[in-house]
Amino acid sequence: MRMPKILLALTLTLLAVLFATQAGAQGLTVQIVNGVPSAIPITVVPFGQQGSGPASPVDIAQIVGMDLNRCGKFRTLPTSETVESPTTGSQIKFATWQQLKQDYIVVGRTTYDGGALKADFELWDVNKQQQLLGLSITGQGSDLRRVAHQIADQIYQKIIGVRGAFDTRIAYVTMVGLGDNAQYALVVADSDGYNPQTVVRSHEALLSPAWSPNGQELAYVSFESGNSAIYIQNIATGARRVVSARAGINGAPRFAPDGKRLAVSLSFQGNPEIYTMDLATGALTRLTHNLAIDTEPRWTPDGANVVFTSDRSGKPQLYQIPASGGAPQRITFQGQYNANASISYDGKKIAMVQGNGNVYRIAVMDRSLGGQETFVSPGNLDDAPSWAPNASMLLYAANEGPRGVLYAVSADGRVRQRLVLGDGDVREPAWGPYRNP
Amino acid sequence: MNATVRVSVVALFCLAAAACAKKQEVKPPPPEAPTTATAPATTEGAFTPADLQTNACLRTRVIYFDFDKSDIQSQFNNIIACHAKYLRDRPMARMTLEGNTDERGTREYNLGLGERRGNAVSSALEAAGASADQIKVVSYGEERPVCREHDESCWHQNRRVNIVYTTE
Repeated sequence: MRMPKILLALTLTLLAVLFATQAGAQGLTVQIVNGVPSAIPITVVPFGQQGSGPASPVDIAQIVGMDLNRCGKFRTLPTSETVESPTTGSQIKFATWQQLKQDYIVVGRTTYDGGALKADFELWDVNKQQQLLGLSITGQGSDLRRVAHQIADQIYQKIIGVRGAFDTRIAYVTMVGLGDNAQYALVVADSDGYNPQTVVRSHEALLSPAWSPNGQELAYVSFESGNSAIYIQNIATGARRVVSARAGINGAPRFAPDGKRLAVSLSFQGNPEIYTMDLATGALTRLTHNLAIDTEPRWTPDGANVVFTSDRSGKPQLYQIPASGGAPQRITFQGQYNANASISYDGKKIAMVQGNGNVYRIAVMDRSLGGQETFVSPGNLDDAPSWAPNASMLLYAANEGPRGVLYAVSADGRVRQRLVLGDGDVREPAWGPYRNP
Repeated sequence: MNATVRVSVVALFCLAAAACAKKQEVKPPPPEAPTTATAPATTEGAFTPADLQTNACLRTRVIYFDFDKSDIQSQFNNIIACHAKYLRDRPMARMTLEGNTDERGTREYNLGLGERRGNAVSSALEAAGASADQIKVVSYGEERPVCREHDESCWHQNRRVNIVYTTE
């Protein structure tokens, strides 16, 4: 429960600004639940201003610092302890930062002309007194926070050796009001919850958002017609089409890794079965033939197999079937109830909802470690795990008292960060792909 | 179970549902008219649309289920029987069975479970003489709870099939 006071204050200030400028928008707040003492110490010095233009409207260093803190692998020095303010590598007095036990330091400068923002930054190894990065990143207009997320991604990749996923987006569903007054919205936001943008609103339930591999479209289930139906909508233009509104359930859409097919669960032939749909022709290929509930299909990253939930053995468990059809193999054996899988980009880790009695938690099964499982959430009613594209973190939905909230948790479960909607429920998170593949 | 006891049980269910619904600011169901509380379920003569408002059995439009189950408990057999008779008596009548679950488990799996419950009621109605084309099943899974507390007192009210007449 450790969050530096200054950071908290900054968060609150930033939120005040956010809510003031985006009145009515569904902003999420960020709260660090716990931290990891072993995280890498890094200082992100407030950036200097370069040129005679206006000051940058976003605090790049602060956003970079929050990103690095959120992922659980770094621990930033609070601004109150940032005793010196170098803005170039040549100004860094390494003895100062060594004394503060910092492994890395980030310095930089911004140039803002009222439209475009350019940030020059350098990453230095404090002990080796060695420059690791020196880059210039430019952003336009409404996307200035992306400059900071891209800087954080560069730092993450340089130090951790894995591509960063801060400059990504998430989708989720909000619900405000009850009964006939319920208002649902499908929202897309930055990975830190900022810049929420409503994709579609409905008086009926929305669920199961799924990103297209290019990040331009969302497939989802809407009850707006009175029954479940699957839609695909372009995020930028808002254009959408119905891809399945058959009798019975039209559920659980997931784009294939090539973006050309959609795996779905449909019950028009009697009970929920897994199908793949060719998005160009609409043609269906049926994969499962069973009286059980077969749903929640997830493509493996190579597109060769589909993992899905089935209660053919009694309670729901995960099975895998070739995407071209074949015999399903059960892949989960721990826990009474396993469902709603999310597969990491490398296919090694499967996150799922695991239920035992009345407690439903997010479990991660590592297929590269013989199916070893760890819990990454405390329960009791957790749902909808969704990996970041680099599998550094997971999003999931939880209930806290009467409201639904989202958590982002590090892959090892040690750092959790709560994303809370100002008013109402937030649920059904889906972490989007990299924005520049 | 005689008619009076049966009606009392039904009234209790209605009261429980109404109490919760009221607390959650959801429209409560119409109150039980006292004149019908002791009226026996009509078993002779053909039902008319007016009976949907006055007949105690036909006015009961909710069937509840055990956790993760879709079999119909015997206590609801009389409800199935009178609605099946209504559908037999009125071949033009149509109903939608709305399948619902409690919040436990995943949303998509619960869509399947809600449908399974709707299908169970549909099958029972058909076994009692209703025609399949009079009945449509829609599953809302856990998306339409009547009660939002995270405990069994609430969950049991949400594990239900709602009978909705679309043509009387």
